[in-house]
Amino acid sequence: MSKIFKGNAWKYGDNIDTDVIIPARHLVTSDEAELGKHCMEDIDKDFVKKVAPGDMIVGGENFGCGSSREHAPIAIKGAGCSCVIAASYARIFFRNAINVGLPIFECPEAAASIETGDEIEVDPGAGTIVNKTKGKTFTVAPFSPFLQDLIQQGGLIPYVRKELARRKGA
Amino acid sequence: MGRTLASAIIAAHSTEAAREGEICKVNVDFAFANDITAPPAIVSFKEMGAEKVFDKERCAVLPDHFTPNKDIASAEQTKKGREFALSQGMLYWEVGRVGIEHAFLPEKGYILPGDIVIGADSHTCTGGALGALSTGVGSTDLAAVWALGETWLKVPPTIRVNYEGKRPAWVSGKDMILSLIGRIGVQGARYMALEFGGDGVEALPMDDRFTIANMAIEAGGKAGLFVPDAKMLAYANARAARKFSPVYPDADAAYFRTETFDMEKMVPVAAMPHSPDNVKPVRECGSPEIHQVFIGACTNGRIRDIAAAAKMLEGKQVAAGVRCIVIPASYEVYNQALDMGYLRTFTEAGAVVCTPTCGPCLGGHMGILAAGERCVSTSNRNFVGRMGSTKSELILASPLTAAASAITGRLTDPRDAASPDFFKKLEEE
Repeated sequence: MSKIFKGNAWKYGDNIDTDVIIPARHLVTSDEAELGKHCMEDIDKDFVKKVAPGDMIVGGENFGCGSSREHAPIAIKGAGCSCVIAASYARIFFRNAINVGLPIFECPEAAASIETGDEIEVDPGAGTIVNKTKGKTFTVAPFSPFLQDLIQQGGLIPYVRKELARRKGA
Repeated sequence: MGRTLASAIIAAHSTEAAREGEICKVNVDFAFANDITAPPAIVSFKEMGAEKVFDKERCAVLPDHFTPNKDIASAEQTKKGREFALSQGMLYWEVGRVGIEHAFLPEKGYILPGDIVIGADSHTCTGGALGALSTGVGSTDLAAVWALGETWLKVPPTIRVNYEGKRPAWVSGKDMILSLIGRIGVQGARYMALEFGGDGVEALPMDDRFTIANMAIEAGGKAGLFVPDAKMLAYANARAARKFSPVYPDADAAYFRTETFDMEKMVPVAAMPHSPDNVKPVRECGSPEIHQVFIGACTNGRIRDIAAAAKMLEGKQVAAGVRCIVIPASYEVYNQALDMGYLRTFTEAGAVVCTPTCGPCLGGHMGILAAGERCVSTSNRNFVGRMGSTKSELILASPLTAAASAITGRLTDPRDAASPDFFKKLEEE
């Protein structure tokens, strides 16, 4: 039974880069709470004042493009967001989000339909995104079996821990 | 159908079939982080229960972003990377020796043809100029490589990019890659590899190839690779820190699509605010007034870049009201520029010369912009707020265009700031 995410949407456009998600001037720490204070400030300086715990960021195509900073998904978590919904992701952000445990959903239809303020429910287990404001339900394509396996093992850190133990025993 | 270069390199590093679209485990030849990305990688490394990096000659920390330390917080951060590297006995170079990672590592022969290189920095794709599958990841992915010596990669589809014909002297690698990004967009190569070729590439200097590979990520690319040729192998053989085996694409490689450029028709271009794909010929940009010029970064801080800018500025003056900041990407470049008299040319022209660092490129230090200011930069990203105020503007261009703009105080096509003789001489050198 996976947790259902409930919150309101904060909608941004295509090609939201990691420099606006967390500007480089704040990369003097990797502390989640500290980074969270500056999340999205270069695209929406009041974002952290407006966002409520559980809310979701909704982006268009190529969300998280640019720098490889893992601080970007960490900042989104630190700001209290439950997840990100986008039409597509830049590849490094995609890997980072999975590695730091930020749930992300790739769904072009939902990303196009959702507007700022819409009430959203995401059921990761069922693979559905419900826009309660608009009365629409969207289906999210599941991750590849490889990624599902990685996530099921608890992510990359537990995976490596297990692999190191296996090598030690072998 | 045969393999592209990216696919062939992955297959050579994996025991799996490595068909396009498949995720497979690969061995990694080299893995590095910088002063910003090392600290979170070290935290993950410890959480993984790892004790030793997989091979201390293949793992590195390079303090290059906020160094020489710009403030107390960055000093603390750099210290974490330094202490970890020294305790592991892994590769580490101190400020005064280190350069910008993507310029320094190829110079020192740590990135080599046929390699898989993983770096916790998105511009790791620069290594593609050496025929390596070199790609950026986040800190936790990098930590996993340090621990295991392997990672997972999806075999990407490849866009083949052919540059045909003779390159005019006013067109550089920067104009070539910006022209491509302008054509295919910032997500034109998302999840894909770019493979560069064509008869115009043979004569292209390595420095221009590094510039081209560097910006593959700005099209969303996982990697941007050049196929090994005599020029690349000569560079690699002269510098190699270890043995390497070049890998080549098959003659019948299956490309996702092909983009072709006629270089004779190419002109100096600029990426206007606020996206690397907002590309126009410089002469069609309306000559906006500028307040700063930055020549450097992992994109354009190599000796040919510095030389081009110095030649343009020789005997001229930086316009009143403009700060021109020049940052060689490494000490090899710095010392060459010193020997050639270029640094003197810059200071006599009223430009600032700084020690190798990423500096203002990512808004770190040494040239941050105020609201309302505009900068012509040879770096690779012009996102909102990248170099300072969210109300500043960044224009990306070649070193020649940047230097020409420093002289006039406006965004200027190099052909409008120098004589035909200048370009004839540039071509001959």
